[in-house]
Amino acid sequence: MNAHHTASPPAKVSGMQTMRDKWNSLSRVQQWAVLIPLVVLIYLLPVLNPPLLTTEPNYNFPIAMFDVARYALIAIGLNVVVGQAGLLDLGYVGFFAVGAYVAALFTSPDSMLHKLPYLAVLPLAVVVTMFFGVILGAPTLRLRGDYLAIVTLGFGEMVRLLADQVPALRGNSGFQTVGHPPGTRADGTALFNQTDGKPWYWLAVTLVIGVLLLVGNLERSRVGRAWVAIREDEAVAEIMGVPTFKYKIWAFVIGAAIGGLSGALYAGQIGFVNNQKFDVTTSVLFLAAVVLGGSGNKVGVMLGAFVIAYLPLRFSGIAEYKYLIFGLALIVLMLFRPQGLLGARQRLLAKGREAYQRLLGRPEQISSDSSLVAEPGKEAGA
Amino acid sequence: MSEDVTAADQPEVPAEGGIVAEVARMSPAELAAHEAEVAEAVAPDREIEVAVGDTLLAMQDVTLQFGGLVALDSVNFEIRRGEILGLIGPNGAGKTTCFNVMTGVYRPTSGQVVLEDRPLGKRKRHEITQLGIARTFQNIRLFGEMTTLENVVVGADARHKTSVLGALARVPRHHREEREAVERGMALLEFVGIADRAADKAKNLPYGYQRRLEIARALATEPKLLCLDEPAAGFNPAEKEELMGLIRKIRGDGYTVLLIEHDMRLVMGVTDRIVVLEFGKKIAEGVPAEIRDNPAVIAAYLGVPDDGAA
Ligand SMILES: Nc1ncnc2c1ncn2[C@@H]1O[C@H](COP(=O)(O)OP(=O)(O)OP(=O)(O)O)[C@@H](O)[C@H]1O
Ligand SMILES: [Mg+2]
Repeated sequence: MNAHHTASPPAKVSGMQTMRDKWNSLSRVQQWAVLIPLVVLIYLLPVLNPPLLTTEPNYNFPIAMFDVARYALIAIGLNVVVGQAGLLDLGYVGFFAVGAYVAALFTSPDSMLHKLPYLAVLPLAVVVTMFFGVILGAPTLRLRGDYLAIVTLGFGEMVRLLADQVPALRGNSGFQTVGHPPGTRADGTALFNQTDGKPWYWLAVTLVIGVLLLVGNLERSRVGRAWVAIREDEAVAEIMGVPTFKYKIWAFVIGAAIGGLSGALYAGQIGFVNNQKFDVTTSVLFLAAVVLGGSGNKVGVMLGAFVIAYLPLRFSGIAEYKYLIFGLALIVLMLFRPQGLLGARQRLLAKGREAYQRLLGRPEQISSDSSLVAEPGKEAGA
Repeated sequence: MSEDVTAADQPEVPAEGGIVAEVARMSPAELAAHEAEVAEAVAPDREIEVAVGDTLLAMQDVTLQFGGLVALDSVNFEIRRGEILGLIGPNGAGKTTCFNVMTGVYRPTSGQVVLEDRPLGKRKRHEITQLGIARTFQNIRLFGEMTTLENVVVGADARHKTSVLGALARVPRHHREEREAVERGMALLEFVGIADRAADKAKNLPYGYQRRLEIARALATEPKLLCLDEPAAGFNPAEKEELMGLIRKIRGDGYTVLLIEHDMRLVMGVTDRIVVLEFGKKIAEGVPAEIRDNPAVIAAYLGVPDDGAA
């Protein structure tokens, strides 16, 4: 019955595709052998301060790297909502702001609330933003696409306006001396301060890795499948037994939690929170990182975050025009590579790979992206 | 029919590798053992009574209106456990609408759908799937960016119990369910004959593969009732023949099948009973031989004589 059926059109393999295939064909041990030195290198970056990469003398390099790591964390969180579940959230900065204000309210001497240690504030920020995620998600996630975008846009603005208007949130004067993690140097000054970005960078990278592992666990489970199914065709997902509302709420809440975490991190490093940093353009910048890098691809969105956060710091000449440049870059990208720098990749289930090999007696073929098509001969099988 | 024939116009490459070749090389004894293994994995875990008998699903006076249009008009029929029931009728008769009412896409304006003596009432769509009704779509609606295997595993997830926190912490139940879902998913793909493309994105599959993946995905939810909406649309006679075999095999595994199909030879050849709709009304019901000779059915299909079409 299949004899006359057709296979995908053959074409050449792109460099990216080959790298993916190579990576997937490595054993777990080999993958770690590559990953561990890479992670060590990433941790050492601000110490190495490599000549071409450095942002100095315009901008302190460790702090620049902290900003990149913070953006990466934000992009990973927003990617759960936008990239995985396909929910357009234009108010993500709202969650970021909530996280920052939680950190400020519970650590700054300007706040009248009970003071908590900074490290206790991180999980608290996560919990509070998750709560906000439910509050915002429950009524709006029943809406479809466009409405959701508008309501989330409104939420982002609402948080900012509250910060403006509610006296306890201190508007423009804000909160000074937000807390930081404990530890002192030999000279008695705090380990985590505003001038040395290195400890903050290490903390941020550690959080990024932890969040990546946890989000990865979700993506490689029924939860991740449910998200992708919802993104692909929500009505069919529902009919195939996916409780779509529940999983959309979870995507929203998990995204919110990660946004809150990065907000609290940001507040700690800057040491000061007021109403100035949480406008719509910031939301759009976050979204640009996700779309630019490759919505739905964790590595891609981190790359996007790097581009968005790093380039204006590295080339201070362009900082002024960054919205213009990113806007143009996005338009060009959407024309020629709508999936982003690294497109979303639906990896065959980890266990599926083994089952596939066992059943067919040959390695799996990762199917190609629409634009990158598979190698001739490879497709026809062994 | 407005089918999305996405992959049908692609160049022809015979699928010769993998499981197909492997199965071809097997000795008869090996083949029998292999088939038994596949059948074992495809069969649902729970006990299913194969005897054609009591009512599985009943449409009771179901009426559905879209504004002024009466898409279903007091439709009554029953689906019995273990049978293959055909649902036929001219274009626009309300066949797909029947599926939509059974799967909770639309709520009946009046009347009710009863599954195993329980009215579906206001149940949500995913709850109805969990109660045991699964379907395919007339216009293929796969999760295009997912692989073939993942599409099926989404169906299997309907029976899974791992919570979000369980998945986050990778509890043993998560690992067990993933392993079982993949094994059963692969077996289902083999059952419908598309295992050689398990790792391909669904959108890159040839048309015939996509149709059969729809069936595999629906079966993965372990339905009591499998509803197929024109599964043979766009198939050639040889493929239709093979599909008939597949539908019989599915029934043989203990599923009850409701089949919408325009191809009379296929419907007559595979169904136990047939219900005929026209303009939202049931105009006939009976075994294939009765339906074939029923004047009302002939009139419905050929156009009523005073139209001058007969
Ligand atoms: N969502 C809807 N809104 C309005 N009218 C609808 C809707 N869905 C179906 N209809 C109408 O209901 C009638 C029955 O449609 P249905 O799709 O059930 O027919 P069908 O028997 O499946 O036909 P076909 O053989 O062409 O698939 C048609 O007149 C159709 O236009
Ligand atoms: Mg129809």
